[in-house]
Amino acid sequence: MGFQFQFQPVLNRLDVLLDGLWVTLQLAGSGILLGALLGILLAMLRGLSGRPVRMLVDAYVELVRNTPFLVQLLIIFFGVPTLGLRLSAEQAALAAIIINLGAYATEIVRAGIESVHKSQIEAGLSLAMTRWQVFRHVVLAPALARVWPALSSQFVLMMLSTSVCSFISVQELSAQAANIESETFRSFEVYILVTLIYLALALVLRGLLAGLGALLFPAGSGLGRLRGQAGR
Amino acid sequence: MIRTFTESEFLFILASARWTLLLTVMALLLGGLLGFLVALARTSRLAPLRALAAGWIGVIQGVPVLMLLFLSYYGLSLAGFDLPPLIAATVSMALYASGYLGEIWRGCIQAVPWQQWEASAALAFSRAQQYRYVIIPQAVRIAIPPTVGFIVQLVKNTSIVSIIGVVELARAGNLVNNATFSPFKVFGTVAAIYFVICWPISLLARRLEGKLHARRAG
Amino acid sequence: MPVVQVEGVHKRFGAVEVLKGIDLTVERGEVIAIIGRSGSGKSTLLRCINGLEQIQAGRIEVSGHGLDPSGKGLRDLRKDVGIVFQSYNLFPHLRVGENIMLAPRIVLGVSKAEARSRAQEVLAEVGLAERFDAWPDNLSGGQQQRVAIARSLAMRPKVMLFDEVTSALDPELTGEVLATMERLAQHGMTMLLVTHEMAFARRVASTTVFMHQGKVWEMGPSERIFGDPQTPELKQFLGSGLK
Ligand SMILES: Nc1ncnc2c1ncn2[C@@H]1O[C@H](COP(=O)(O)OP(=O)(O)OP(=O)(O)O)[C@@H](O)[C@H]1O
Ligand SMILES: [Mg+2]
Repeated sequence: MGFQFQFQPVLNRLDVLLDGLWVTLQLAGSGILLGALLGILLAMLRGLSGRPVRMLVDAYVELVRNTPFLVQLLIIFFGVPTLGLRLSAEQAALAAIIINLGAYATEIVRAGIESVHKSQIEAGLSLAMTRWQVFRHVVLAPALARVWPALSSQFVLMMLSTSVCSFISVQELSAQAANIESETFRSFEVYILVTLIYLALALVLRGLLAGLGALLFPAGSGLGRLRGQAGR
Repeated sequence: MIRTFTESEFLFILASARWTLLLTVMALLLGGLLGFLVALARTSRLAPLRALAAGWIGVIQGVPVLMLLFLSYYGLSLAGFDLPPLIAATVSMALYASGYLGEIWRGCIQAVPWQQWEASAALAFSRAQQYRYVIIPQAVRIAIPPTVGFIVQLVKNTSIVSIIGVVELARAGNLVNNATFSPFKVFGTVAAIYFVICWPISLLARRLEGKLHARRAG
Repeated sequence: MPVVQVEGVHKRFGAVEVLKGIDLTVERGEVIAIIGRSGSGKSTLLRCINGLEQIQAGRIEVSGHGLDPSGKGLRDLRKDVGIVFQSYNLFPHLRVGENIMLAPRIVLGVSKAEARSRAQEVLAEVGLAERFDAWPDNLSGGQQQRVAIARSLAMRPKVMLFDEVTSALDPELTGEVLATMERLAQHGMTMLLVTHEMAFARRVASTTVFMHQGKVWEMGPSERIFGDPQTPELKQFLGSGLK
């Protein structure tokens, strides 16, 4: 075969990869933050509202979860401008990430909320807490503690999925990899390197999320004990 | 020349779904086979095998499917195979499935109570006989709902292979959109077809899971 | 030749020594009861005899099959040693008859017809002949435990080990299982049983072993062990048991 690995040409363009990495980090970071927020809000809304709202939220969740992220991305990127709304590739990508993660997060948090016992809510109400106070302290916090591992996995998956945004030429990590590949023709080397970068990112993100979980729901506290109890 | 989105465009997209389905089935078969080995290795008594399987799962679950695709695509051609993109697509989807199914099935094997291992060991079963007659039959029941659930992920992720030119659903949508430029109609259609494939599978997975829980509780 | 011979067996879990030099001989047709406080190592001893735990020193022999710390000859030994646990551990995906036929079929390689007739025979022996096609989940605890006994018997073991087989059962169900064991003893089965049922041990076992802190503390004919305990530890154990 005579194939020789040559990483040097690729390493020479490391600055380009770092640019891409930065875009990936921004996309993933803001997407995860906003997507998680959307999910929590919708799960709360669903928990507090009547049937029509519940059905709307469920429809959104089902639609998103049963279609590919790529297609969602393409609809937004190509479709929204036809409505007269100008959208950069980055904005389209961020919107798609938030919408996609929002649906998964809604579903996960909903499961957490539903695992909270009725008696807990009654206990809260009987202590003269308001509905909102009960929801926040008695329902939401334990629910999040329970589903934190499932949420974390979803965040990692979403971070990895940002690579799909290269399809609409967002210059994130894998798009920059393709750029280097077309300049250097060291395809395999580029993608091995970039794969390793993603792997490192995933490990770091998992570590950060585990740390955050321990911080938000400290071991030894009641919430710490719940952490991960109803992982999906 | 701009064409309009007519029945023939719709049929073109619809027909491309067969590649999506074919890819899914192939990946499920090959990835299932590999994933089964991964699950066995992951629950092996040999620490190096366990570590290897854990590493495999960690890597597959820690990298984008897109990278698996590129690595398969360029890797196969470097290895001297001049293969149609569909093969690289199948390989990458199978690798992807093996990492997730391996982990799902590891959990199912370990969900079989350890007393079942002990009871069968006490009856002088060999390790292989324990797997074959006692552990796997019980693990399979637990494994069906999450495995069906994973198929949905698999169907959706096959859309990624459109980038290497396999004309499955997503790629067909792209081609038609380039010609007609009616993105909502085109990608709406594509999304609808995915939905029609995935939603029933999702519902089935949920129903199976409900049944399993009911049986375990009762 | 004794059926079971245990010589100087030591067993450690990490740094904790659970068996500290056990010697025990079980002759053919003999029924030996093992009593003792929780944590004294009774279960561990039975599990070692079946090779479910590896021993660090000493030797275990069952009808000529040796088991040394290396664990060789394990499967041959297990073919001759039946063990029944506190939890019945039937295979839930198999019917009662299939539960019993499986091991003779795949481990001993007997024909299907032979396995079936063995299964019917042992089921009759435990009084469940008509439950051949039942699912384990549809049986009471006592019935499941009797099926577990039958499943072991179908291997035609040279010795049966019982580890507190009635402890998980409701009081009204222990009787049927004890009666099954007593009938086995009368039919000449060699048995080694860990039990908290003192009256049963006294009546059915010819010899009783009192284990304490990982050692055989006192051992002798059941009548003497229960009627005239020698060591203060056994006296205290029997005394507290009577309360
Ligand atoms: N797998 C294990 N790992 C570590 N320690 C163990 C293990 N199995 C048993 N032990 C310890 O060995 C000691 C003896 O346990 P064993 O189960 O043999 O006692 P026992 O006499 O059967 O008690 P019981 O009447 O409660 O069943 C106990 O202190 C127990 O904690
Ligand atoms: Mg015990």
